[in-house]
This record gives sequence, structure tokens and C-alpha cells, in this order.
Amino acid sequence: MIERYSFHERICHWLTGVAYCYCLATGLAFYTPWLFWVAVALGGGPVSRFWHPFMGLIFAGAAIWMHQIWRSDMTITGADREWFRKAGNYATNQDSAVPAQDRFNAGQKAFYWAMFYGALLLLISGLVMWFPEYVPAGLRWVRGIAILLHESAALITIGAFIIHVYMGVFMVPGSVPAIVTGSVPEGWAKAHHRLWFERIIGKESAGASPAPKS
Amino acid sequence: MSNGPLEIKAISGHAGTVAGRDTSRDYPVAKLIDVTTCIGCKACEVACLEWNGYPFRETAFDNTYQTMPDLAWNYYNLIRFNEHVDADGTLQWLMRKDGCMHCADPGCLRACPSDGAIVQYANGIVDFQQDNCIGCQYCVTGCPFNIPKFNPVTKKVHKCTLCSDRVGAGLEPACVKACPTGCLHFGSKDDMKELAGKRAEQLREHTAHKNAGVYDPPGVGGTHVMYVLHDITQTEKYSGLPKDPRVPLSVRIWKGPLKWLGNLAMAGGILGVAVHYLRFGPKVEKAEGEETRS
Repeated sequence: MIERYSFHERICHWLTGVAYCYCLATGLAFYTPWLFWVAVALGGGPVSRFWHPFMGLIFAGAAIWMHQIWRSDMTITGADREWFRKAGNYATNQDSAVPAQDRFNAGQKAFYWAMFYGALLLLISGLVMWFPEYVPAGLRWVRGIAILLHESAALITIGAFIIHVYMGVFMVPGSVPAIVTGSVPEGWAKAHHRLWFERIIGKESAGASPAPKS
Repeated sequence: MSNGPLEIKAISGHAGTVAGRDTSRDYPVAKLIDVTTCIGCKACEVACLEWNGYPFRETAFDNTYQTMPDLAWNYYNLIRFNEHVDADGTLQWLMRKDGCMHCADPGCLRACPSDGAIVQYANGIVDFQQDNCIGCQYCVTGCPFNIPKFNPVTKKVHKCTLCSDRVGAGLEPACVKACPTGCLHFGSKDDMKELAGKRAEQLREHTAHKNAGVYDPPGVGGTHVMYVLHDITQTEKYSGLPKDPRVPLSVRIWKGPLKWLGNLAMAGGILGVAVHYLRFGPKVEKAEGEETRS
């Protein structure tokens, strides 16, 4: 077994995830009357409305923290562009045609950037929606734009989130234990992130470098 | 169109013209504000506070004849004042009683996500039910007149109720009752439109206000609070009364196409991954002798 996610990375991931899920559930309740029962189930409309922005702050804060940790790992490279061209092969499990990937594959990076920029948009628009009375009357259109932005950004993150959960839980077995325990079997690492695997195995065998910075 | 069952036909022991004849008792109702006869006395503001049980607030004197800069959660009714110089140099003191317009197509109601927090009665009154309000203030965004006000302590939004409690008991709104000049009228919408039309016509024919008209903006389906203005072509000079108010485009997009697009995308996404799993299933590693997945 090799370490894939450090303790801090796992805390950051799950903090972001839990805060996101709360905002998702309550946000969907405010999105459509057909799901307003979710807000009722979570303590009532006023309670859900009260906590939604605070959990949103936690989500955005955790996303910015995550950015500090993963920014360099998430940079889109030339290999990623090749991966995007082969994304169809990846999606249909013809993995032999897909170029080897580093610590995160291009799909994960795309998901990361969708969530990161989504979080920033949600934060900015959410602050306007939180305090609409501070928007001057002459700039009332800003309130409407904020709602449109908030909903659009939310929908983009929801689309990304559906794929993320599906990939992690169903499509790539071993992902959930990896982000829970932090360790992956070598075969898993080799199969899904060969470049990363070779990089850290090389470092370990060289012996000169300390353990891979997760 | 005054043909309701309660229209007065005859009155016993009454000489001369039957008072109230042809006066409709029909719904919907409307309040008519004849801006041209308002003297800015603020009796309506006081009556509003008294009926609704709010204390009189500290006023913010800003060298105008306006009680305070804006409406507040416990101040539904504000006479806005504007000293306006017309193109021909004429000075006008414009008093406009500001408050909820009770739109036939209420943007607040369209925007509200909370079950039963905003109610539109058949008589046209749009009322907030604070018990059901979750304090999201979407109504603030939805309103084309910038009326709903948030109470940051209780997290509830408030606005003029058109005294729905009084109207339900057959009374006129408190502000109308208090008005000393008769610039406020209350009755069926049809009667108020007729009265407003006559008054505007009178102004056009017998005064210098050749552009006098009735403010009942069609962009929000008409309102159950109407104005008679000296100059219907310059509504903005009445402290920013919008010329053609509409439910904001952003709110219409949000509650219309964007919502349907979002619903389709979310349902499609969930359906898509489910079908994908059935068709392709999980990725199985071509592990080389390693322990793989459990």
C-alpha cells in the first residue's frame, strides 16, 4: 500500500464535501417547490435558510484551502490534452488507448477546476444574495444577476458532482477507500495513475528523497 | 361593470339621487392615490403604524418633507417628497405615497421559494405570511418597486398588507380612512379606474396638467394600488416611480428557462450515469499480481 492522500488532504476533501452536500440539499429546497420538503426535513425553512450561507462559507473556505494544497497537482498539461482527446475511450473502459496519467487524471482536474471556480462564483453571488438590502436601489439588477449566477454555478457544480460521485463510488472501485484511509494498493496506483506511481516509486527506491509529499 | 349582487339599487326614505348607486361591491379591490391632492400631512403614515401596532420610529430629517429616507420593515407607507424643476422652470413639490402596489403579476410571489409565504387573494391583495417566511429575501429581488423590507432580528420580510384584515371585515385600509384631503380612495378596481380616469380627464381639461394620467402599469398586469399623476409621461420625477415596471428579466429567466434547463440537466445527469453503469460497468484493473479491489 502506498500513501495517496495525506491526513490534511482527506480532512479538506471531506470538509468540502459535507459542506457542499448540505448546501446542495438546502439549495435544491430553495430551487424548486417540489423539493422544499428537504428544507423541512433538515429542520424547517428558516433553519435551512439560516445555515445555508454559513455552510457555504465553510465550503468556499475549504475550497480555497484545497486550492493551496492541490493547485500544482491540478495544472492542465499537454498529457491532459491528449487524455481529453481519448476521453471517449476512457468513458467506455477502453483504458489501453488512454495515455498514462500523473497523480490526477485530466477528468479529475476538469472536475477540480469546475468546483473551484464554481465555489468562487457561488461565494461572490451568495454574498450579494445574503445581504440584498445593502445593494443600492439603483443597482437592483445586481441582485437578479447574483441569483442567476448562483443558480448557474450551482447547476454546473451539480453536474460535476454527479459525475464525481458516480466515478468515485461506482465506476472506479477503490476510490472511496483511498480518500477515506489515504492509502491505495500499488496495482490500483499503477492502473489509474501510472506516471504518479512511477514517480513516487522511483523516489522511494532512490532513497535520497523523503517520502512523497502525498 | 358595476353589476355585483351587492350593488345598491334603491335606498329607503331617501330623497334625490341614490347615494352609492352604480357603486360596485365586486372584487377585485383597489386603492387610488390622487397624487395631485396630497398635501403631505403624513396622516396615512401614522394611521398605518397605529393599525399595524408598530411604534412611531425616530425620523431621519434630511431637509425635505419626507419622514425618512426609505420604507422599513415596520414602516409600510412613506410619503416620498421631491422638489422637481420642470423643463419650463416650473417648481413642483411632488408628494407620492409609496408602498406596496399589489401587482396583479407579483414579482415577489414569483421569486418566493417558501410554501405559502406569499399569498395573492382573489381580491388582488398580495400578502406576506410571516409564519411561512424563511427570510431568503428573494422577494426583495423580485419586486420591481423595491418595496419588501427585511427585519434582521426576526429574519422575516414585511410590507403593506393593503389592510387585508380590515378589507376582509368590510372596512377600508387605515391610510384611506385617515386621509383628510380625500386624495386616497378605496373600492373595487373598476370603480377606482373610472374615478381615476375622470380625475385625470378633469386635470387635463381644467388645469395646466395636460399630461395628467392614471398609473396602472400593464407590465405587471396592472396594480391594485393606482396613482393619478399630473404628468404620466414623467413618472420618474415622483421619487423614482418606474415608468414601465416589470418583474425583473433575471427573475423571469431564473424561474423560467433556467429552471427547466437545470431540471433537465440534473435528471439527465443522474439517468446518464445510471445507464452508463449498466452499459459499461466499473473499471477493472489489469493488475499485475497486485491485490486490487476488495
